[in-house]
Amino acid sequence: MKKTFIGQNPSVMWFLLALAVFTLAVTLLSEATGIGIISTSFVKTLGKTLCLCLVAVAMDVVWGYCGILSLGHFAFFGIGGYAIGMWLMYARTESIVLESLVGQPIPPTPQEISDAIGNQIFGVVGSSEFPAIWAFADSLVLQLLMIVLVPGLLALIFGWLAFRSRVTGVYLSILTQAMTLALALYLFQNDSGLRGNNGLSGLQNIPGFENTSQAWVSVIFFWASALALAAGYLFFAWVVSGKMGSVVKGIRDNEARVRFLGYHVESYKLFIFTITAIVAAIAGALYYPQAGIINPGEITPIASIYLAVWVAIGGRGRLYGAVIGAAFVSLLSSWFTGGGAPDIPLGFYTIQWTDWWLVLLGVSFVAVTLFFPKGIGGLFDYLVRKPS
Amino acid sequence: MSMLLEVDGVSVTFDGFRAINNLSINFAKAELRAIIGPNGAGKTTFMDIVTGKTKPDEGKVIWGDRNVSLLGMSESQIAREGIGRKFQKPTVFEAQTVRQNLAMALKTKRGPFAVLTHRKTVENGTRIEEVAEQVGLTEQLTRTAGELSHGQKQWLEIGMLLAQDPRLMLVDEPAAGMTPEEREKTTDILREAAKTRAVVVVEHDMEFVRRLECKVTVLHEGSVLAEGSLDQVTSNQTVIDVYLGRGHA
Repeated sequence: MKKTFIGQNPSVMWFLLALAVFTLAVTLLSEATGIGIISTSFVKTLGKTLCLCLVAVAMDVVWGYCGILSLGHFAFFGIGGYAIGMWLMYARTESIVLESLVGQPIPPTPQEISDAIGNQIFGVVGSSEFPAIWAFADSLVLQLLMIVLVPGLLALIFGWLAFRSRVTGVYLSILTQAMTLALALYLFQNDSGLRGNNGLSGLQNIPGFENTSQAWVSVIFFWASALALAAGYLFFAWVVSGKMGSVVKGIRDNEARVRFLGYHVESYKLFIFTITAIVAAIAGALYYPQAGIINPGEITPIASIYLAVWVAIGGRGRLYGAVIGAAFVSLLSSWFTGGGAPDIPLGFYTIQWTDWWLVLLGVSFVAVTLFFPKGIGGLFDYLVRKPS
Repeated sequence: MSMLLEVDGVSVTFDGFRAINNLSINFAKAELRAIIGPNGAGKTTFMDIVTGKTKPDEGKVIWGDRNVSLLGMSESQIAREGIGRKFQKPTVFEAQTVRQNLAMALKTKRGPFAVLTHRKTVENGTRIEEVAEQVGLTEQLTRTAGELSHGQKQWLEIGMLLAQDPRLMLVDEPAAGMTPEEREKTTDILREAAKTRAVVVVEHDMEFVRRLECKVTVLHEGSVLAEGSLDQVTSNQTVIDVYLGRGHA
């Protein structure tokens, strides 16, 4: 079946091939596994970019294919990051605490160990108690499960309430913005149980891999991100092909008509909203160990808006468009804001790209929307002759 | 003989305007019926009520052999019960091919997981080709629906209705924008369909209605004004006054 599926969707094969070549090239050029031209920090940047591509693909499915302009999908990405971050932080702090307690005359009680870990993690917000949401933080398996369950359930409940009431269009977008804003504001509080605006940090140190160099860790995470992107791409390409794709695109183009054909539109929207939320969370769980830190600022409404901008610039309604948009814009963004782009002295005024990048991005977004609604991905239509 | 659909004493008001006023109308299991009436007579609102788009303020809508009420059902449930609808303006999925449009309408399982794991079968393929043949779109199966002419879009939508295999087809102005030859073909399709199911056609065009050779119901101000053959209703003095009279005034 897979063979015919790839056969029917040549773009999927080309994408996977390009991703494989890219992964191989980075591997051969990295410090740990290759000749060392690409620095460890840049491998991490590339790995993070692949995660952003994955969340962009999810965004494209929910917006470009199903027509739900969710401006809150980055919240799910962040939840995934927090879920894995809790385990990373707990397990690492535990090993540090245990190490420091070695050789004490009286062996510490479990309560003392727990207090010491709590003190280390929550001292920064003036607490040492473990909040209830950390109940599973000592178990990697359970916490990995949380990456899927928490955003899945949140999306299911939120989506059920919104779609059932037939909230659509701009109203739904506002509602999703409110969701991610509410979540960010809640997490900013010190007593939210997730260290307030400090967020979770030190996530680049993987417990159990203390003796592995960051160069190796970065390559492993890069591979994992590439694998996740490939799997996610393949999964969504399958979802939006065939009859499911027909119905989903039908909902985008004329919801009422699909309803009169006998399809329960709300169930379809809920299905798409939830699976894309879960994939966004998986992308986040791979992203934040490479970033090293997550804080509530990551999931403020602007992040989700950027996500929509990437997909729009890359080209809605085609999965590779989302990948191109996310990779292109996010890498360009770090080049401009990271001081990579030279300032332009105009004599009376100097254009500093760290300040002007957002203006450039805004203008490009408007230009793409007005003049190239198909985005960068639309350029491929000129390369491929359409079968008539 | 028991009816397929019984609409009984239905009224609906929009912002004080009574669009449907104590409307009662019945349809048998296999019949062709034309509904005519001046603008604002409540023809489209009547369809909206039957298909679940509009909830009436009062009255009953009873369906099928089990005599269930349609009023508590959602649009998609009603469609799955076997009521299909063609809209006034042709609404097909323009970004998709004719085949995909028909495949979506085809009477198969409608749940998300059934659809996700749906596999093409020879049987369904044959059915799609049969329907395409019926509405004369065999040559167009692989074309994008957006590229079709206006008349072809109308037929595609009728084809989608046939593919749904409903027990009641509600057809809103099927002949709008069609050439005389196209109209003739549309008449044939509808009359053929009405042999095994109820087909209700809302139409302005009297010539088209005449060619259908069926029972005619005249709606006026949200209720039934007259019922009978086209000749009977057109010779009815009240009908002439409110409807035809207006056209010649």
